[in-house]
Amino acid sequence: MGLFSKQNKQVLAKPLSLDNPIMVQVLGICSALAVTSQLKPAIVMGLAVTVITAFSNVIISIIRKSIPMRIRIIVQLVVVAALVTIVSQILKAFAYDVSVQLSVYVGLIITNCILMGRLEAFAMMNKPWPSFLDGIGNGLGYAMILIIVGFVRELFGRGTLLGFQVLPDSYVGNGMMTMPAMALILLGCIIWVHRAYFYKEEESK
Amino acid sequence: MEHLINLFFRSIFVDNMIFAFFLGMCSFLAVSKNVKTSIGLGAAVTFVLVVTVPVDYLLQVHVLEPLGLSYLSFILFIAVIAGMTQIVEMVVERYSPSLYSSLGIFLPLIAVNCAIMGASLFMQQRINLDPASSQYIGNVWDAIVYAFGSGLGWMLAITLMGAIREKMQYSDVPKPLQGLGITFITVGLMAMAMMCFSGLKI
Repeated sequence: MGLFSKQNKQVLAKPLSLDNPIMVQVLGICSALAVTSQLKPAIVMGLAVTVITAFSNVIISIIRKSIPMRIRIIVQLVVVAALVTIVSQILKAFAYDVSVQLSVYVGLIITNCILMGRLEAFAMMNKPWPSFLDGIGNGLGYAMILIIVGFVRELFGRGTLLGFQVLPDSYVGNGMMTMPAMALILLGCIIWVHRAYFYKEEESK
Repeated sequence: MEHLINLFFRSIFVDNMIFAFFLGMCSFLAVSKNVKTSIGLGAAVTFVLVVTVPVDYLLQVHVLEPLGLSYLSFILFIAVIAGMTQIVEMVVERYSPSLYSSLGIFLPLIAVNCAIMGASLFMQQRINLDPASSQYIGNVWDAIVYAFGSGLGWMLAITLMGAIREKMQYSDVPKPLQGLGITFITVGLMAMAMMCFSGLKI
């Protein structure tokens, strides 16, 4: 099996469209909503989750045969917690302002259901390399939604993107967009569009 | 005393885990299909919160802080939570098998319920707040009250959602919006209503 065989490509590409972790598998909603009031934390969060998902998938996949079934959740949590601690320290050192904005949500990556979901559903049963790709794919699928929601919320809530003024000064920020409630409604609408678009494919399954 | 009451009501209504911080959404969305299971899961989450947050508080103040090991807090907190969840799971299985089977996979998943980890992490932040603030957590009682309030707030949210979803089964929702989509929008509208409580002071 080549490194980028057809099967591997599918593992990577599927979470980006049809099998998106947030919209279809309903994983990792919590942090997806809280960090998206601006674009920058959304991007950082997406990247952090991608990296952590990929590496925890690889580690668990390597040791999958020696983990006793009964305590596997604790083993997985410890692996993830260690990776999250590393990422959180790196963020504090190199991007302090973002890590302050993300506050507890960096720590909450540990309990992000995407990680546990992928570990249970994929890494426990597959070889390291496909697991790595699966982690990257799901992380990017997650990041994609975060970036869409963050983009809309920052653009209409403040008239800026990544802190730069985009809309003319006369635009009055829509405070509603920066409220938590709006993130939920926006995500609902994204799911609506996604389902409407892929509806026929779901039907034929 | 006044501070405790204030903290309690704030954590239920203003700092509601679901409506203000979106914590615990995964199980919230998956289990809130009817009122009975919702209450059961809400009670289980509240119980785990009330036990883990004070334990984590004591660990943070008496072990991690004096030794300068605060960066290990993630691993330590998650270990406490995973252990507690295991105990709750065994207790529920023994005394209420029907609840055990209806909660299914979501019982062990309380360990990865963001609301519980989130409460511990918020607690960790709040230790450093100004003692005059109504969110300040300064001793074990504060931690217990905060945990209990957050748990009740979560339970309130999931019960309301369960009730709404029971009714919603009879409404005519556009097909692509059915299920997840409409649930999100409903939670969004509920969150907007809950915003009326912000600024609440007792």
